[in-house]
Amino acid sequence: MTEFDGKRWHDMGGAGAGPVVPAEHDFALWEKRVDALMVLCSTKGLFTVDGLRRAIEDMGPDVFENTTYYDRWIAAVNQNLIEAGTYTLGELGAKMDEVAKRGETYGQAARG
Amino acid sequence: MMPPGHIRTPAYLRGKTGWIERQLGPFGNPEQQAYGLLGDKLTLYRVRFTMAEVWGDQAERPEDTLDAEIYEHWLEPA
Amino acid sequence: MPHDHHDHLSPSGHPYRADNDEPLSYWQTMEIAVRELLIEKGVSNAAEINAQIDAMDARSPADGAQVVARAWTDPAFRERLLANGSDACREMGFDIGALQLIAVENTRDVHNVIVCTLCSCYPRNLLGLAPDWYKSREYRSRTVKEPRKVLSEFGVSVPDGVQIRVHDSTADMRYVVIPARPEGTEGWSAEALADLVTRDSMIGTGLAKTP
Repeated sequence: MTEFDGKRWHDMGGAGAGPVVPAEHDFALWEKRVDALMVLCSTKGLFTVDGLRRAIEDMGPDVFENTTYYDRWIAAVNQNLIEAGTYTLGELGAKMDEVAKRGETYGQAARG
Repeated sequence: MMPPGHIRTPAYLRGKTGWIERQLGPFGNPEQQAYGLLGDKLTLYRVRFTMAEVWGDQAERPEDTLDAEIYEHWLEPA
Repeated sequence: MPHDHHDHLSPSGHPYRADNDEPLSYWQTMEIAVRELLIEKGVSNAAEINAQIDAMDARSPADGAQVVARAWTDPAFRERLLANGSDACREMGFDIGALQLIAVENTRDVHNVIVCTLCSCYPRNLLGLAPDWYKSREYRSRTVKEPRKVLSEFGVSVPDGVQIRVHDSTADMRYVVIPARPEGTEGWSAEALADLVTRDSMIGTGLAKTP
């Protein structure tokens, strides 16, 4: 790690990489919901887009390969809402446990 | 300078010389806003660089240009 | 609405992302929990969240195409668009929220292309959500260093005599490219011209279609 020059993983400009793969997909309902929560909470002043980016950057380089775009965004939204005091870690943990017990699929757990 | 935090000045442009394309702002400093602080209002500039300045001998075509938005505290007269 | 045709291509020809009938993921669990907590706490409600989704779904490259076609046919509007992209879009009735937009124009001598190397900033309130490739490591890394090679991978060959201007969306502004108006469209209506304006032509990774 002594070679580390301080450039952070998200700061990608100029790095070598392979050909651009022209991938795209239609967004799933849960992705659209993450997007909506991000817009609504930032409009309501609970966090800034800078706060979201900071949370994603601080997740470290592996996160870019191991998670999807909206995985990272919900992680960042949640991190910022905890910091804003919107709900507690205890409330989050209890709710996630309850949601996970509702069923095997997103549709079952989200109840639609 | 490579502070380990939320910075909106890309590393590949640090230390490079360009010219002001236009002035924008003021906008809150993202280096404060990212941490739940109220951002100081800063002037933002669009700065234009030649690819020759940014990439030197590795430039794909030296006369092509690159524009980026840079907050005033990352700029000094050249 | 839930859908169950994830094996198939959507009407736009793209695969659906694994959705309601796939095994629940950790991050989906978090999304449901966060959303329900926000509703329980009175921060938001289901109707507001659905309305936000609908508002985002309603935005698409077709909106930007109308703006470009107007700029091609209305010189005074073109001036206003170049002077203040956001105001010009609002003037046409587009709900772009707080978007701070700069329009950059392709000419005989200049080709513009947009990228965000630090994350994936995109003029979403005009064009809708960004395509996956725009957010990829390959596009973000390489466009600022070898734009000609990247554009060639999109099938766009920029002649040596044309200068490329890359715009890295590093801060508060978002960008849209006004592509060059195709030859052979003299006298066309703005409505007909808008059909020639593709999403990629407004990012700079494409050109307007030729008739």
